[in-house]
Parts: sequence; structure tokens; C-alpha cells
Amino acid sequence: MPSEAVGCAASAARRTTAPVSFFRLVATVAGKDLRVELRSREILYTMAFFAVTVVVIFSFAFISDKRVIVEAVPGIVWGALAFAGTLGLGRAFDREREGDTMRALLLSPAPRLAIFLGKSLAMAVLIAVVAIVIAPVTALLYNLELGASWGPLALTLGLGVVGIAVVGTVFAAMLLRVRSRDVLLPVVLYPILIPLFLAGTRATGALLATPASTDEAWFWIQFLVVYDALFVVTALWTFEALVIE
Amino acid sequence: MKRYLVPLLAVLVACGLAWSIYNIFYVAELEATQLYWNQKILYFHVPFAFMLFAAVFACGIPAGIYLKTRNPRFDDIANAAAELAVVFGAVVLITGSVWGRAAWGVWWTWEMRLTTSLLLWLVMVGYVLVRRFGGAGAERLSAGLAVFAMIDVPLVYFSVKFWNFLHPKAEVASTLVGTMKTTFRMSSLTMIGLFLLLLVARVAQARGERQLRELRERGLDAGILEP
Repeated sequence: MPSEAVGCAASAARRTTAPVSFFRLVATVAGKDLRVELRSREILYTMAFFAVTVVVIFSFAFISDKRVIVEAVPGIVWGALAFAGTLGLGRAFDREREGDTMRALLLSPAPRLAIFLGKSLAMAVLIAVVAIVIAPVTALLYNLELGASWGPLALTLGLGVVGIAVVGTVFAAMLLRVRSRDVLLPVVLYPILIPLFLAGTRATGALLATPASTDEAWFWIQFLVVYDALFVVTALWTFEALVIE
Repeated sequence: MKRYLVPLLAVLVACGLAWSIYNIFYVAELEATQLYWNQKILYFHVPFAFMLFAAVFACGIPAGIYLKTRNPRFDDIANAAAELAVVFGAVVLITGSVWGRAAWGVWWTWEMRLTTSLLLWLVMVGYVLVRRFGGAGAERLSAGLAVFAMIDVPLVYFSVKFWNFLHPKAEVASTLVGTMKTTFRMSSLTMIGLFLLLLVARVAQARGERQLRELRERGLDAGILEP
């Protein structure tokens, strides 16, 4: 029986080697994903290019009287992140499915939670790179003077990226074995992410306003922290039950 | 007892509906300051909105239990509740939109409760879509979605609340007077009954469908049935 075999392998591993710490395992899974990605850079290039295209297309739409509408910036940035995020999430798990490596990953003695956190971490890094690419592009296209608010802006985007990666990884992993997964990922993901987008756009808008209203931004940043914490816990609780092969 | 549950509930709900409709249109006073006949929407809109929120939890809690126990009965309940949430939510959104036009002069505003209802409705539509088009293995995914949706409810509510837009007068239901109050209570009870009736009927139907499928598979395995 495979389960017994895994049990034996796990106990053998425990006997012969020093116990691997949980965070080591997380780092290993994340490192594996990032190394695979770095060899081809397929997801990274397509995601980043796609996000920049979205930003440019939106920028065309939001020009009136030969003047750009700065109020549209939060929506553009977060919209581009959302679209690029689903693109990357779908592709990252397609890769596991094509090689049928998800099963191998789940059969390894690493706890499911470590696999989940590792994959989310890798995903978060990829989406963060996209954010790092599109933020300057947007600032350039809209002649934004970021001044002192770049720190809170980075924090807002970072919290948003974590939220998208965590919730997205849960659903993308679940969708592995479901028909028409490409269509269904945004269908299930976006409604759950709406509070995150709402808070993210509000915080970004508050920081970009002249003068920047820091109080409002901090409120929404705190909201994002609560959102992330709540869904990390929910994801940890459900992931085990959701991806049993 | 179980056999008579659906017919019994159906009779009760039918009586309640007849009573409510008669009272709504012939007995309850007309709100004569601003809304006039539009105010009658309230007797349906508010109970339906309650049931939409109740349905999200009636879907999320059994979905969570299903994920832990793998008992398909709970999945049936979650599925039935999600479908009801879509139907009830559609009624809430349409009646809410009509109410908004009468009360505030616009078909849609990003008002707190309206927006929350819309977002919850979207999640439940997502659930039903996954269920319909996900094929085999979609049960677990939709159950996960239901659990996430349940956690999402307070987040959606508070994010929309602090978003700060047009606020209506805080409590409509508590300003009702006399016959309006009794009618409102009665129609609320009727709608809860209607929800329960549809839920029980749908769960029974889903269970029957599942049992039939299992029987068919067993029949095929035993070679009794032709494929």
C-alpha cells in the first residue's frame, strides 16, 4: 500500500537523519519552485509582460482632455496584479500537473502545511516581482511624485501580494483535478479577494492623494493585515482536507 | 414523520404566503411620507436579505463539516443552501434596486448592505458555477469555497462599511408601526418557512440523486445493468 510505504519512508527518514525543521521544509519547497521558474523564467516573463500591457491599456482608457487621471491609478495597479496573479497561479500548478509532480510532492514526508506554505511563498515572490515591475511603470506613466509615501505603498502592495498568493494557492491547488480550471480559478478567487482589493485600492488611493491621508491608509493597511492573518489560518486549516489525492 | 415534512411545510408556507400578501396589500398601512406603495417591497426584501446571509452560513458550516468528515450528506446541504442563496440573493438585489430608485432616486448605490449582498451573491454564484462545470472532484473545491466565503462575510461587511458612502436611515424595520409591524413579522416567518421548505426538498432530492447514482454503479459493477 502506498500509504504504508510513505509511513515507512517517513519513519526511516526520521530515524536516519536529523529532524528537518518545518521552516527548512517550507524554504525547500519554495526554493524548488523558484529554481524551476528561474530555469525557464516562463511565468515571470509572461506575468510581468501581461501586467505591463494591462497597465498600458488602462492608461489609454483613463486619459481625458489630454490629461491622465491620477485617481485611476489604484484601480489600474490592483487590477493588473489580480489578472497577472491568476495567470501565474494557473500556470504554476499546470506545471505540477503536466509532470504529475504534485503527487510526488504530496507523497514526500514533508507535512502538507509546509508544502502549502512553500508554494504560497514562491507564488508571493513571483507576484511581488510583478508588483515591483508595474509600480515604477505606473508611476512613470502617471508622473507620480511618491515622496515619503513609498514605504507605506510598498507595505500595502506587499500585504496584498501575500493575500493573493495564499488564497490563490489554496484554490489553484484544489482546481488541479477539476475540469475547465482556467475559467474557474478567477470565478472562485475574485469574489473571495474583493475585500483585499477594496482595502488595497483605498490605501493606495489615500497615499497617492494630495495631500496624502496617512490615517486612512494605515486603517486599510491594518485591515489588510487582518485579512491576510484570517485567510492564512483558514488556508492552513482547509488545505489538508482539500488536496488529498 | 420525515415523509410528511415537505407537504406539511408546503401547506404552512402556502397559508403564510396568502396571509402575508393579503395583509401587505389590504391591511398594512400605506407609508404616506415618501415611498407610498414602494414601501411594500420591504416585507419581502428584508426577510429575503436575512435568508441570503443565513444561506451563506447554512452553506459554509456544512461544507466545513463535509471537509472534515467526508460525509456526503453535509455536502448535499451545502449545495442546496448555495443554490437557495443565489435565488434569494437575486430577489434581494432586484427588490433592493427598486427600493433604491424609490428612496434615493438611483437604481444602484454602493450602499453598505446592498454592496455586501452583491458580493456575497457573487461568491455563491461562483459556488454554483464550480458545482455545475467543475465535473468530478468539484465537491471539495466548492466546499472549500463555501468555507472561505463564510470567513469572508465579516471582512466584506466591514470593508464596505468603512468605505463610506451614502448611508440610508439606519433602521427601517424598527420604524414600522402597528399593522405594518405584524405584517412584517408574519412575512418574515413565512420567508423563513419557505427557505426551510426549499432547503429540505432540495436536500432530499440531492440525496435521492446520489443514492440512485450509487445504485446504478453497483448495478453496473454486478453486471445486472446494461451500460
